[in-house]
Amino acid sequence: MSQAEQTPTTDPTPTHPTPTHPTTATHRRLWTLGLFRSELRVTLRRWRTLALLGVLAVLPVLIGIAVKIETSDGGSAGPGEGGGSGEGPAFFGQITNNGLFLVFAALAATLPFFLPMAVGVIAGDGIAGEASAGTLRYLLVAPAGRTRLLLAKYASTLVFCVIATVTVAASALATGALLFPLGDLTTISGTQISFSEALLRALLIALAVAASLVGLAALGVFVSTLTNSGIAAMATTVGLLITVQIIGSIPQLDAVHPYLFSQHWLSFADLLRDPVHYDDLIANLRLQGLYAAVFGAAAWARFTTKDISA
Amino acid sequence: MAPNGPDQRPMDDEATDELRSGRRKAARYIVPVAVASVAAATIGLVPALASSGDPDLPKITAQELIEKIAASDTEQLSGSVKISTDLGIPGLGGAASSLLGDAARGDGEGTASSAAPEDKLMELTSGTHTLRVAADGPDKQKLSILDDAAEYSVIRNGDEVWAYDSASNEAYHATADDAKQGKGRDKGADHVVPDSAPATPKEFAEQALKAVDDTTSVSVDGTAKVAGRDAYQLLIKPKTTNGVTSTVGSIRIAVDAENGVPLKFTLTPRSGGKAAIDAGFTKVDFSAPKASTFDFKPGKGTKVTEAEDLEGDAPKDEEFEGLEDLGGLNVIGEGWSSIATFEMPGGQGLTIPKDSDVPPEAEKFLDALGDKATGKFGSGRVFSTRLVNALVTDDGKVYVGAVDKSSLVNAANAAK
Repeated sequence: MSQAEQTPTTDPTPTHPTPTHPTTATHRRLWTLGLFRSELRVTLRRWRTLALLGVLAVLPVLIGIAVKIETSDGGSAGPGEGGGSGEGPAFFGQITNNGLFLVFAALAATLPFFLPMAVGVIAGDGIAGEASAGTLRYLLVAPAGRTRLLLAKYASTLVFCVIATVTVAASALATGALLFPLGDLTTISGTQISFSEALLRALLIALAVAASLVGLAALGVFVSTLTNSGIAAMATTVGLLITVQIIGSIPQLDAVHPYLFSQHWLSFADLLRDPVHYDDLIANLRLQGLYAAVFGAAAWARFTTKDISA
Repeated sequence: MAPNGPDQRPMDDEATDELRSGRRKAARYIVPVAVASVAAATIGLVPALASSGDPDLPKITAQELIEKIAASDTEQLSGSVKISTDLGIPGLGGAASSLLGDAARGDGEGTASSAAPEDKLMELTSGTHTLRVAADGPDKQKLSILDDAAEYSVIRNGDEVWAYDSASNEAYHATADDAKQGKGRDKGADHVVPDSAPATPKEFAEQALKAVDDTTSVSVDGTAKVAGRDAYQLLIKPKTTNGVTSTVGSIRIAVDAENGVPLKFTLTPRSGGKAAIDAGFTKVDFSAPKASTFDFKPGKGTKVTEAEDLEGDAPKDEEFEGLEDLGGLNVIGEGWSSIATFEMPGGQGLTIPKDSDVPPEAEKFLDALGDKATGKFGSGRVFSTRLVNALVTDDGKVYVGAVDKSSLVNAANAAK
C-alpha cells in the first residue's frame, strides 16, 4: 500500500495523463506492477500460504520415503507386483529406477487434489478475504481502479500456481536425487532420452501442471467477488473442485466432461511420450484459457459493479 | 473519492451518473455471458466443423478405387489413429481380458507379464483409444496405445519384437525366430507384429475387401477430408442372400486420393446408431519416421519377459483344452452370411437341470444375458451384441455369426 499512497490522486483516468504530470504514464506503469508486487508479497507472506507450500513440499518426501521403504527388500514398487497391471498411481513403478520419476509421480499425485485445493484457497481468499478483513475499501481508496486490483489479484494467484507446482517438483527432485539413482530416462513410449533433456521435460511438465490450474484460479477469483466472507469463498471453490472431480469420474456423464476444467489435467504426461503428443496438451491450454476468459470476465463484471461495503 | 462508487469517475452529475451506471452494470454482464456462449460453442462445435467441407475430386469408379488401394506402395508413414469400438458387449475390455488373459497366461502368477500383447489388444475392443502408428518398410513398425499417463508400445525392428508397458514398467521380448518355430503359444507372438493386428485402417480395409463378392455391393460414395488429406469414400454394403440378413449395415472406407492408403474405416451395424467400429487417422505423415522411433532398449529396472520363458512356463495343454473341446467347428454359408456352428464342451447347453439345487438367481442371470428362442430345432438362448449374435441350443449346439436372430434360428432349423 505504501506505493499507492505516494501516487498522485488528482488524475484517476489512466488514459488521459494531464500535462501537469508529464511522468504520470511511466509512473503508472511501474505502479501497476507495484500493486501486483505488493499483492504477491502480501500473499506469499501469509502463514496460510507458507503452510500450504510446506504441505506441498512434504508430500513428495513422504512418497519418496514410502517407496524407498517398500522396496528396501529388493522388490519392485508399484503396480507391477501381484499380476495387477497399471492399477496404481501413474509413474510409481519407475521411481526406484530413476529418481526423476518421483517428480512426475508427485505431480500426478498432487494434481487431482492438493495443488488445486491450495490454489482454490489462495484464489478464493483474493477479494473476499480483503472484504472480510475490512481492508478492501482501503485498497479501493487508492485510485487503482477495480479492474486493475482484480488483475493484480488474479496475477498473484497465477504466480502462486507456478510457485506451488515448482515447490512440489523441486522437493520431489531433491528427494528423488537423495533416495534413488538418477540417469537417462525411459520415456513412456519406451525410448531413452538423456538426463538433461529429461530435466527439461520435467520443467515443461511443471509448467503444464501450473497451466492446468489457470482455469480453477479464475473460477476461484470469481467466487471471491461474490461474497464478503473469505472462508465461504475458499470453501465454495474447493467444493466446486470436488464436485467437478466427482462428475469427471462418472462415465455416464461423459456428455459434460469436455466442459470440465479437470478434463485434460493428465495431459501433462503426454510430454513424456516420444515424440511428444501435443493434442491433449493444446486442448488443455485452450480449455484453461476459456475458463480464464469466462470467469475472468464474470469476475470483472461483478467486481466493477459491486457495492463495496466492507 | 467514494470507496463504494462503481468506478473511479468524477461524480459531478450524480443523476445521469446513476442512470448510466445502472445501464453499464447490466452491460458488463453481457461480456461474460458472451464469452461463455462463444466458449461453449467452440468446445461443442469444433469437432463438427473440423469434419465438414468435402473436397472436390475427379470422379472414380469403385473398381479403380480398389485398384488404387491394392497398388498403394506406401511403406513409410507415421500418425495418430483414433479407434472407437462399440460392439454392444458391456465391459468386454475388463471381463474378456481377465478371462482370456488368465487363460493365456496359465495360472496368472509369477510368469505373467502385463506386457504380453494379448490383453492389450483385447482392450481395443471397447471404448475409444488413441493409437500411434509408425512404419518404415516391411520390417520396422511401431504401434502404441496411448493411455492416461501411460503407454503400451509394440515395436518391431527387423527380427526383434518388443512390447513395452509403461504403466507396469514391463517389457516383453520375442524374436522373429521364436514366432516361426513355436506352436500354439506363439499365436501371441504373431499378434505382436503390428500388421497382423487389425488396428490400422489399412488392415481393416483389407479384411473387409476380402469379403467382396456377389453378396456385396461396393460403390464410391463421395469424398471426405481425413486427417487433413483428401479422400474418396468406398461404401461396402452386404446384400441379403438366401434369406440370411447380416447385422453389418455398411462399411465405409476413406481412401487417400493421392496414394491409395486407407485412412478411415467405419462399420455401422444394420440396427443403426453409432458406428460399431470407427478407426481413422487423425494425423498422418507419409515421410519416413525418425529411425530412433524403432529403437528399444529396456531401461534399468524394467522387467523383461522373454517369449520363450512364457512358453516354457505356460501350461500349454491346459490352456487350449477348452478350445479343443469345441468339437465339430463348421461354417454354414459364405461371405457376410456365414454362420459358425460348433458343440459346447461337454455337449450340454446353457440350461440348468431341473432337479439340481442351483439357486434360481442363476437361471435369472442366464435369462438376463440371452433371450429364449424356440423353433424346429428345439429351444435355446440367443445372445446378442450389436454385430455378432449367437444361438446356444439346449442340446449344446452353438450357432454364431454376424447375422440377425431369425437367420440363426433358420440355420438351426435347417441343421435338424
